[in-house]
Amino acid sequence: MTASLSAPTSRTAWLERWLSQLPAPSGPLAAVQERGREALAQQPVPSSRQEEWRFTDLSLLQDLPLAQAAAAPSGGAMSSEAGVLRLQLDGRTDPLAGVELPAGLQVLSDSELAQGLGHTLAATGCEHHWPVELNHASAGRVLALRLASRSKLKLELHSTAQSGLLPLRLLLILEEKAELELCQKIVAQGSGLISLVLEAHLARSARLQHGLVASGQADAALLAHLAIEQEPESHLALSSVTVGWGLARLEPRLVQVDGQASSTLRGLQLVGGRQIADTHSHVSFAGPEGQLDQLHKAVAAGHGRSVFNGAVQVPRAAQRTNAAQLSRNLLLSDRARIDTKPELEIVADDVKCAHGATVSSLQTDELFYLQSRGIDSDQAAGLLKRAFCEEVLRDLPPAARAWCPIEQWQLEDA
Amino acid sequence: MIRPDAPVLLEIRDLHARVEAKEILKGVNLTIRAGEVHAVMGRNGSGKSTLSKVLAGHPAYTVTGGTVHYRGENLLELDPEQRARIGVFLGFQYPVEIPGVSNLEFLRVATNARRAQKGEEELDTFAFEDLVRDRLKVVQMDPAFLDRSVNEGFSGGEKKRNEILQMALLDPLVAILDETDSGLDIDALRIVAGGVNQLATPDNATLLITHYQRLLDAITPDYVHVMAAGRILRTGGKELALELEERGYDWVDQELAALAGEVA
Ligand SMILES: Nc1ncnc2c1ncn2[C@@H]1O[C@H](COP(=O)(O)OP(=O)(O)OP(=O)(O)O)[C@@H](O)[C@H]1O
Ligand SMILES: [Mg+2]
Repeated sequence: MTASLSAPTSRTAWLERWLSQLPAPSGPLAAVQERGREALAQQPVPSSRQEEWRFTDLSLLQDLPLAQAAAAPSGGAMSSEAGVLRLQLDGRTDPLAGVELPAGLQVLSDSELAQGLGHTLAATGCEHHWPVELNHASAGRVLALRLASRSKLKLELHSTAQSGLLPLRLLLILEEKAELELCQKIVAQGSGLISLVLEAHLARSARLQHGLVASGQADAALLAHLAIEQEPESHLALSSVTVGWGLARLEPRLVQVDGQASSTLRGLQLVGGRQIADTHSHVSFAGPEGQLDQLHKAVAAGHGRSVFNGAVQVPRAAQRTNAAQLSRNLLLSDRARIDTKPELEIVADDVKCAHGATVSSLQTDELFYLQSRGIDSDQAAGLLKRAFCEEVLRDLPPAARAWCPIEQWQLEDA
Repeated sequence: MIRPDAPVLLEIRDLHARVEAKEILKGVNLTIRAGEVHAVMGRNGSGKSTLSKVLAGHPAYTVTGGTVHYRGENLLELDPEQRARIGVFLGFQYPVEIPGVSNLEFLRVATNARRAQKGEEELDTFAFEDLVRDRLKVVQMDPAFLDRSVNEGFSGGEKKRNEILQMALLDPLVAILDETDSGLDIDALRIVAGGVNQLATPDNATLLITHYQRLLDAITPDYVHVMAAGRILRTGGKELALELEERGYDWVDQELAALAGEVA
């Protein structure tokens, strides 16, 4: 593992191999694909020498099968029960084929797409991030939707990867006062990589509640960028849960373009075995009176490794910003490792910015109290772990909460 | 109620225990038979809570000598959860707050663990709610406390009532109540003491750790023990507690000094 890290040639060989076997650019994203491939050919694969990737080793990727996965057997709409639009995203087939769109929901036209795609990535400063370029290089489709002013919708997106590479690209435009509850489930059932790039633009007074639940396995990786632009008076509640991935890197990137919006971020990542979970969040306030309420939690067992980096930018224009960030970590093994770091850049003087980080193990007195009531130590530990996670899970939309059978999540001890 | 022929529930012989390198229990002897109520009194720091935690199996305490038998079984080799399941209950001096764990679920899991041990069937959520509502009456506790996290934000007195609620659900044979009276207001003390009396039967026993006569006015002890420097220095009937109330603990120093002299 370390040997390949120090040998730059072998580190990029897999990427060159992968690039060379990609099908020629085609479809609505052909131009994007071309640019992404060029960028990847130039840009080195992130390594621990870069601050942003210091703790997160991407070497797992070189051993993964990265051929584009074959289309899943069932594409398109799954069902659409009262008030919920449920779509299957497999990166290949058209998720909207045969679907009657609910009132207020439209697919972006080609010209709108050309204009909108990449806008929020640029606004949140991540359009050239390596995982984004990887998505650019490979994604052949984008699900690009607009929710009309004052419309309300519940949307469920399901993606299951058997093996190989699954690139997912989303663009969501919420017009004024539109309200979207988005529940997104990503499951890796085999070895491979899931690349997700989501852009969302929230117009004035729009509301987006996004619950992302991603469960993987030891030989699967998830690279996700969630870029969101908020206009004043808009509300964002983004809750993410990752569990089971050999490698999961999540980058929520938010910008409040004129401040005066509210953002709630909730994150939970669980690692065991030799898994790595890394959340790099980035919130920037480009105007006054913005609010952020962020809670990030991690559970690390075995030799697992959890990384959290929470950047918050409060420039001079962002007076009266009120931001709170808390990172809480549960360390279940002395071989696991947790790195957590707030990164506050505060230039404005009239602001409230609180941040904190805690790392603790299961409390002996709490365990003993439960045991003294006849609850065996494993079950007691399970109750305490669940209690720790619950603080994030309870903020998921109900549909997404139901995708978190926390009793069944086993964190490998080895 | 003292019956010399009643079965022995708990037999403690020459128990020594330490926490880290510090020896705290230095030879405790105590025999408890079914139907009896024992009170243990003594100065702050004399080792009362330590004794209770050693009996319950707290991992911070190491037994360095002596034996404890519960109904003939070696209690010290059992895990804390096994001790609870076979009927040993500790009402904590400082009940622990567990944010995020629902009190109702906690009570149900605990009750079912004890029931399984007794060969009784597991109660589902509905059956358990019926039981818990009935048991709440023992301590006149508001059902609203069931929906909160275990002890989280409970007042001192509310925590103590929650302890007795657990006792009422777990139906122990030996209940060790560590300062259950502290933090209770006058009415609550009467209610909690009434609850403890209600739960007492000829088949079980109670060990009350307390500083005050007022609890013993409400729950009449058969024996009163005075603990000092990690052992039981004197044992008497309920009148010993009255004597302590009057004389305080100064005499303890003389007896300890005398004991030290004997050893020297
Ligand atoms: N975990 C511990 N670490 C260090 N010292 C301890 C620990 N637990 C108990 N002790 C010490 O052991 C002694 C006995 O404590 P214990 O809590 O048993 O007293 P107590 O008789 O219950 O007192 P109180 O009446 O104040 O409740 C005290 O000096 C206490 O400081
Ligand atoms: Mg005490």
